[in-house]
Amino acid sequence: MSYLNKLMDGHDGGLKHEGMTPMQKIAMRFVVIGLLYYGLAALEGMIMRAYEITPLPFIDETHFFSIMTVHPMVGIFGSSYMIVFGAFLFLTPFLMEKPIYSLKMANGSWMFIGGGVLIMWLAGFLFSYAPLYTLYWPLPADTEQFTAIGGIVYIVGVVGIMIGTFLYTYNVFKTIVYTPKGWEKQPSGALLRSALGLTAIANFFRKKETKHLVPLPIAAIARGTIDVGLNAIVISTAGVLILIYLVGNGLFSMDLQDTWVDALLYKNIFWWGLDLVADGLVLVFVAGTWYLLAMMISGKDLYMQNVARAALFVEMVVSWTVWSHHLMSDQGQSNALKVLSGEVVTAFELVTQGIAVFIVLTTLYKAKPIKMTNELKFLLGGILGFMLAVPAGIIQADLGMNRILHNTQWIIGNHVHVAILVGLTMTLYSAIYVLFPILTNGVKLYSQKLASAHFWLHLVGGIGMGAFMGMAGIDGMLRRTIYYNGEYNTYMILAGICGAMMMLAFILFLYNIIMSIGLKGLLGIYQPSKIDTHDCLVQEKDK
Amino acid sequence: MADSLDVLSTLKLVYTIYAIVAISLIAWYAYSITQKGGEIKTASKGIFWSYVAVLIVMGTGLHFLTFNLVPWVPMDLDRANIKAEKTFKITYKDHVITLDENPMRVPCNKYVIFDADSEDLTYGFGIFRQNHTLVTQMQVVPNNGNDLMWKFGKNGTYYIRSTEYSGPKGAHMIIEDAVIVSGCSEDDIHSIK
Ligand code: HEM
Repeated sequence: MSYLNKLMDGHDGGLKHEGMTPMQKIAMRFVVIGLLYYGLAALEGMIMRAYEITPLPFIDETHFFSIMTVHPMVGIFGSSYMIVFGAFLFLTPFLMEKPIYSLKMANGSWMFIGGGVLIMWLAGFLFSYAPLYTLYWPLPADTEQFTAIGGIVYIVGVVGIMIGTFLYTYNVFKTIVYTPKGWEKQPSGALLRSALGLTAIANFFRKKETKHLVPLPIAAIARGTIDVGLNAIVISTAGVLILIYLVGNGLFSMDLQDTWVDALLYKNIFWWGLDLVADGLVLVFVAGTWYLLAMMISGKDLYMQNVARAALFVEMVVSWTVWSHHLMSDQGQSNALKVLSGEVVTAFELVTQGIAVFIVLTTLYKAKPIKMTNELKFLLGGILGFMLAVPAGIIQADLGMNRILHNTQWIIGNHVHVAILVGLTMTLYSAIYVLFPILTNGVKLYSQKLASAHFWLHLVGGIGMGAFMGMAGIDGMLRRTIYYNGEYNTYMILAGICGAMMMLAFILFLYNIIMSIGLKGLLGIYQPSKIDTHDCLVQEKDK
Repeated sequence: MADSLDVLSTLKLVYTIYAIVAISLIAWYAYSITQKGGEIKTASKGIFWSYVAVLIVMGTGLHFLTFNLVPWVPMDLDRANIKAEKTFKITYKDHVITLDENPMRVPCNKYVIFDADSEDLTYGFGIFRQNHTLVTQMQVVPNNGNDLMWKFGKNGTYYIRSTEYSGPKGAHMIIEDAVIVSGCSEDDIHSIK
């Protein structure tokens, strides 16, 4: 078979998209777009990496900062949200053994989020809109350095992302509780209680445990999804507020006073919402995904299942109360909030995440000896990522340490990039390797050597980049700052080499996947499915 | 008295050791689960709950440790009740930092307050050594009190810069030699000009 044929048709026959169910197609649509946006985030990351070694002549400062503004949005919404939502929209009906509530909503989700990210990216590319940092959108809105039109385009993009997010949230919960047409009435209330973890909490106080109506991964999906929904409300509200200022002050030269909204109060509310992404999406979803992967890889029941469920509930409550660790260097913030929310409650993230690590490793151990498959490798890489990044976060959420670490490269290196690139992304790769045969009806991987190279380059590159950024941070290098005199060049060159390893890792992975499924199969994913989902699933009693 | 360099070098050492241990642990685990042999016993409930207790102690213990070892923690929490020797007024507007007193001359081992006001955006206030390591910082939030109490124990000349992103112009908000500390018995070797 010629190379060109293989590229078009895929390895060993490639993906036969005609036999795919609508849910398989939808999940693949999310994942493919998520991976492409990951590539864009990585490319932007590499441009910034190069710029931090020496400013590039073809990018001016303004554009550098607009890349830095859209980079995390593309990474988090375009890639992480997309891959996670795609996987969960597939897994929720799959694990609940009933059809998804709405296929239209599921398709709407990827279209709105994908389109929204593109529009938001254009606001940066065309209008150099760049007032945000780490997704935080500060008030007062700056209409001196940034044009109102740039801000409005950006807001349109955010609206798209939020609509897609709301559709996802609604669809997941509806799928858990609804009764499909012609099926026996489902106990919606009990299903919801089980999904939220209230049953698990009540079981701690009961002599005889109540049976869980939803599988554990569904409980994790439901709890993380609540945080995702709440976060979308907060971001949407901030967007509306900023829009008012941009239109009033920027377009109509009115004099809307900055003092109408207290900047510190706003910062508290925004970080409360934003932290739900970090803690809700990342920690809760990741723990749930680990549990599912551990059970699928080992073929065993989860160790300490009830504790795992309760820990997910605790994590959700913790994620609602930790926002103050982002305001440890804000002198207007009360000491009580800094100590209680910023330090003490945040410390419980170490506990809940530590519990998840223990449970997953013990569950896998019960199945020893197990083969070191791609999914297992990436799962262990993901666990290691959080073992490194969570303690780094706990350290910076301390009044003594935050004073000298806040806004340095430590935060964005050791904590954020190691959590996202090693912890979250490697977990997602593990899920992709597990789901790949299920979603593609058994397509074989083109090259195991490429998969192994992807693993090692990504792991070493991710940990290395975080470590060198962290060391630069300890030596005083601020994030979001250009140094013109090569002050931190040694660290930046080393971080650049590690970034390039990750970029190469991604190219190898993408090539491997394209060669496995073939370009025809890839495009076929976006054609309508000929199969009706309702025909694929019958109620248990009718089987 | 410990300064930021002492704390940061301890952090570098401790975290590096921790990272090596974590990586080795996962590498050993990855190897051992692929190997046959040995009776497979899962951790007892006792071990599990002891591990949880260790996590709680480590997570919260860090804060007790820094409260007792890092001098600026108790000072910051109690700054409303501590009388400062001197207060320096600093104003931020249009991406320009204006100092009422330039340079700010700080007496050794005395409490001083840096009191910053922003008239437009959110900025940051950071004090840096000549080798660019960070001495201390705070956020400068508009229409809010931003007061940072500090005590310097070594002679030196420091520069200040905005530590919070406020658009591309923010990267240029630097004032060289803005803080001069004198009267100490020891020099800050990274800040002597
Ligand atoms: C190869 C992949 C990547 C590379 C090389 C990379 C590199 C970078 C660089 C150089 C910065 C600027 C650091 C600074 O000076 O402040 C940055 C910022 C950031 N990155 Fe990445 N990155 C990558 C992937 C990602 C992904 C996938 C995400 C999210 C899912 C992400 C999230 C962030 C965030 C939140 C920031 C902070 C932006 C801000 O300060 O507002 N990165 N990245």
